Amino acid sequence: MSRADVCVVACAEAWRGDGAVLASPTGLIPRLGARLAQLTFAPGLLLTDGETTLLRDDEAEGWLPYRAVFGVVAAGTRHVMMGASQIDRFGNQNISCIGDWSRPSRQLLGVRGAPGNTVNHTTSYWVPRHAPRVFVPRVDMVSGVGHDRGAVEIRVVVTNLAVLDFATPDRSMRLRSVHPGVSVDEVVAATGFPLAVPADVPSTRTPTATELALIQSRDPEGLREKEIR
Amino acid sequence: MTVMTVDEVVGELRDGMTVGVGGWGSRRKPMALVRAVCRARLRDLTVVSYGGPDVGLLIAAGCLRRLVTGFVSLDSIALEPHFCRARQEGRIELTEYDEGMLYWGLLAAANRLPFLPIRAGLGSDVMRVNPQIKTIRSPYADKSDLVAMPALTLDAALVHLNRADAHGNGRYLGPDPYFDDLFCLAARRRYLSCERLVGTAELMDSGPPQGLLLNRMMVDGVVETPNGAHFTSCAPDYDRDEAFQREYAAAAASPDGWERFRSAYLDGDERSYQKAVAAR
Repeated sequence: MSRADVCVVACAEAWRGDGAVLASPTGLIPRLGARLAQLTFAPGLLLTDGETTLLRDDEAEGWLPYRAVFGVVAAGTRHVMMGASQIDRFGNQNISCIGDWSRPSRQLLGVRGAPGNTVNHTTSYWVPRHAPRVFVPRVDMVSGVGHDRGAVEIRVVVTNLAVLDFATPDRSMRLRSVHPGVSVDEVVAATGFPLAVPADVPSTRTPTATELALIQSRDPEGLREKEIR
Repeated sequence: MTVMTVDEVVGELRDGMTVGVGGWGSRRKPMALVRAVCRARLRDLTVVSYGGPDVGLLIAAGCLRRLVTGFVSLDSIALEPHFCRARQEGRIELTEYDEGMLYWGLLAAANRLPFLPIRAGLGSDVMRVNPQIKTIRSPYADKSDLVAMPALTLDAALVHLNRADAHGNGRYLGPDPYFDDLFCLAARRRYLSCERLVGTAELMDSGPPQGLLLNRMMVDGVVETPNGAHFTSCAPDYDRDEAFQREYAAAAASPDGWERFRSAYLDGDERSYQKAVAAR
């Protein structure tokens, strides 16, 4: 069992209990996580092949072109896991650009669907390299909105080190669990704002033998290891 | 409604126009028409696009003054190098919307409405960098505040489909219509390029009725441009040319590299582009 396997299961856990909603993962580890969730404890989830085909148990079950995805967004029956170039303690996320928007030091993708996603349905984040330059006091361009700006629900932030959630009175970020082999101090040091840390921080759950086999069968070449390196 | 050449289409465009480009990212972009716009050295265009290499080429050729978009990406290569550098050097203006806001703006224009309400954008910095965007309060009991997304009315739309007839009826054969019908409905002048121009009967027989995305009310000019979406995908006729896209992105990373790429592929007409692509 590798760190990447733990991350896949932690991502899968984000969708636990969601029922028949569209799971939209970004990145290989979240994609493996969503597939794992659908194959095990969250069979109601809907998943696409990354284009327009809905897949269930590796078989096509429907058609979802981009404009229909916007319908799902507005209906709220979706749980997206996006990336974040920057994220703050209330879950405001930036994927647009670094620096002053009018002339950025580094142009990134643009806000994409992040503003609409976060005010319409549940959102989680995947951060493959947990570092202070990602976990910042203030993001440069609020793309996905956080809990202080009207987000429906930012559920979890899964990183290469830990799982974070927002189970605090003011819905600011809290350390939920550390991955096996990671210390609480490491996570705190890699986070560029004060993180709520409970007295007792559990360890992120590890994959079962069945889960490991499923992960391995869907990524036999182990490309997931590269995503967190 | 006429069958035209790419250069005749571009001859109807003017400096300073607002031009919508169909497709999505690096998928089914009307690249032959975009290349012709670049060759004609049109200036000061406002381009509305779910951005891909169409945006990159128009920036590199100096045609684009303002971009209206939610993202620019080459899909398999996350960032578009020309777009990123132009932004970092302050060479283009940007109107940045959420993807759904862009959809809603086209839908408003297509329906001849001044705006449509949408939740997307609320609370985000899209509102900060677009001070012209207003919110509106629901007149009903919910009294909720919503973004009043203004209509994105276009002077011209450029779209690419798999098949069309000489009258301007067109069909897509791939898995996604993208927003090409809305681009056409939002525009005053609408130009459709296609992989193959066929008779109307063959167009009807070449797939299910749902694939007939455009009809002749929505199109002013049609052009046959085989491989005309290259190097973006045009499924099922062809996939994205990933090797060529990598060459494009690598070339765009340096002025010298771009100079070489341009003289190898872009300085001639569409025929010489296709010949150079085939000869690689």
